[in-house]
Amino acid sequence: MKLNYNCGTREHLLARRSFLGGMAAGAVVGGLGLFSSPLAAAELAKQQKRVVVFNMHGGLSQLESWDPKPGTDTGGPTRAIATSVPGIHVAELLPHTARQMHHLCLVRGVNTNEGDHGKGIYMMLTGRKQTPAASFPEIGAVMAKALTPADASLPGHVRITPGGSGGRGNDSAYLGPKYASIALGNGNPPENTNRPEKLSETADKQRNDFRRFADTSFLERRRTAMTDAFTYSYEQAEQLMRQRDIFDVSKEPESEQQRYGTHDLGRHCLLARRLLESGITFVQVSHSNYDTHNENFNFHLEQMQEFDYAFATFVSDLADRGMLDSTLIVVLSEFGRTPRINHYYGRDHWGNAWSVALGGCGVQRGAAFGQTNANGTKVDDGEVNHAMLFHTYLSAVGLNSSHNFDIGGREIPMADPAFGPIKEVLA
Amino acid sequence: MLDAHDALDPKLAHEVAAWKHERPLIACRFDPPGRYVFVSAEDNRIQRFALADGAKTSLTAHESWVNAFAFSRDGQWTISGGCDGRLIWWETAAEQPTPVRTLDAHAGWIRALAVNSDGTLLASAGNDNLVKLWNVLDGTHVRDLAGHARHVYSLCFHPTQPNVLLSGDLAGVLKQWDVSAGTETRVFDAKALTSYNAGQGVDFGGVRALAVSPDGKYLAAGGLHNASNPLGAVHDPLSLLFEWEPQTLVKSLGTGDFKGSLWRQLFLSPTLLMAVSGGSGGGILSFWTPDNDKEFHRHSLPNIARDMDLHADGLRVCTTHFDGQVRLTRLAAKREG
Repeated sequence: MKLNYNCGTREHLLARRSFLGGMAAGAVVGGLGLFSSPLAAAELAKQQKRVVVFNMHGGLSQLESWDPKPGTDTGGPTRAIATSVPGIHVAELLPHTARQMHHLCLVRGVNTNEGDHGKGIYMMLTGRKQTPAASFPEIGAVMAKALTPADASLPGHVRITPGGSGGRGNDSAYLGPKYASIALGNGNPPENTNRPEKLSETADKQRNDFRRFADTSFLERRRTAMTDAFTYSYEQAEQLMRQRDIFDVSKEPESEQQRYGTHDLGRHCLLARRLLESGITFVQVSHSNYDTHNENFNFHLEQMQEFDYAFATFVSDLADRGMLDSTLIVVLSEFGRTPRINHYYGRDHWGNAWSVALGGCGVQRGAAFGQTNANGTKVDDGEVNHAMLFHTYLSAVGLNSSHNFDIGGREIPMADPAFGPIKEVLA
Repeated sequence: MLDAHDALDPKLAHEVAAWKHERPLIACRFDPPGRYVFVSAEDNRIQRFALADGAKTSLTAHESWVNAFAFSRDGQWTISGGCDGRLIWWETAAEQPTPVRTLDAHAGWIRALAVNSDGTLLASAGNDNLVKLWNVLDGTHVRDLAGHARHVYSLCFHPTQPNVLLSGDLAGVLKQWDVSAGTETRVFDAKALTSYNAGQGVDFGGVRALAVSPDGKYLAAGGLHNASNPLGAVHDPLSLLFEWEPQTLVKSLGTGDFKGSLWRQLFLSPTLLMAVSGGSGGGILSFWTPDNDKEFHRHSLPNIARDMDLHADGLRVCTTHFDGQVRLTRLAAKREG
């Protein structure tokens, strides 16, 4: 694919740094005003915004987490406990998180009306309904493009997966492979980032020097989007190899590893903190699995016990480090789970009345927005959907979610233009 | 006076009564004299049904689901244990029982209760990985038995040795305790009843049911295996039959093509084991003898089953069901009329 990329297109011209400079100076830059205000851009230039998403894979039960309904026909055995915010209660499975509630904002009126795993997670990560006609970038790719400094030496979009070997994701759609995720399979450093033993450091440097020399000669006459992508891939790989330790959670002090818990999610949360501290824009942590059609309560006890302590430690650490003002935290799933308890003591798929938790940058803290009815079967107040949440994530980090990406001269809305952010949730 | 209609014969099992509650049921037990069946439901309440006429009385106090019942040997006191971590004593036959004693016994769910053979000690177990011992009559705390690393799912006292207690956990660890000394004496390997599913990231199974034969020769540890999809309820009931003294696994007792979990098991005689299982296939009572790993008889129940108990007469079995029914099944010939 040959793109007209080197001849004044905005994609090429709007290198991140010059874009920020232009916005801060009040200049009109090609209509791609991603930030809601010059002040926001200036602030961002000072302090890079970051986002972390916890994907509760399979469909976290809102009744066993953010919106318990004890003593009702749908509540199951789960009781509610008080939190650090008077008047806000969460499920008893979250005792440590409850103590961090003053940093968090619960959105309890989510109605995505979707009960399919694939469609549900697509909606939640892209803010759009899945259609055959178009493919949209996931939130990680959007944030990486919008927030990552152009001269960043590290990738802007990283996913920490419960298993697997790693590799690149197919999640950036029209934003291009530069913003596709790098997966850290089971929290391990990116694949193939160790220099082969047979290749000396000197020989490796000579190889790269020669590549750059050849590239420079070639690009003077024939620069295209594709050549840039190739060049970027090599440069990023080299940078990754040089900074491989950033992705290696075992480099954290033993005491920190113990503090987060030695199970996979504990390691992954600590790794997420390490990556965000290193300046990576977007990190997604997945915790599997919550698709509890069978024995919902036993499995949520098991999973939430892992999540609660590791997540609460993560939130507390970000607060202690002063990172909450610049880091948006999102805890989402593809959907919630049915209020009705099935004959296996399970809960099934349910997209009609469930919860998402936010925290940190740009959102109200110690708040709960939206409300379900007494037994959680429908949203009573403050109903929101995936698109509104997506707008909210963008707005929370200072982006203007009503603006467009300019992709090869074609303007594509960053978020579904039929909706807007949840203003009540924004700080 | 006993007659042919009172001879135990599982192959003649038939339903003799069914009583309905408006919510799905969980646990059930007969009181020792056999006047009542106590059941718990997904509404935090306990229901007491009188066997004579089916009269129903609600017992309200727990703040969560009730998983387990136990009784003083004379049946005067009923003790319930719930997901609220509480033990509550009730006067079994009171017109409207109210809590006589409430103890915050465990941090987390209570999953199992058992009373020893001389009727003095109550054991409770739960999600704090502890087994706790209490005086049955006054609720005094006697001691804790620590050592399980995972949630404790099941308890059983030896039928003739009041100081011998068994406890089984999520990880398939089955411990034998000397309760008078407070020490662990043996560990049985019941890991066949548990598995870790790496794809789903969950431990599943555990020792869910324990029974010792009346002569003390056999120990049965029940639960499930073949959990190819734990979150989707694809697994098979299983009971591991051990010889008590040498701790030898004698048989792995299965249910053929029936999918589900074994919830409780009891010995009807020294060589006849009965278990209740529930799952995608509904509910069944299975009957095994130690010489055969296949059921010698299976009685199908009309709805998915969750718990079971045997009446003092040795013939009537109560089962609790998702459809809110507690069913009484008689393991003998039908009486005419």
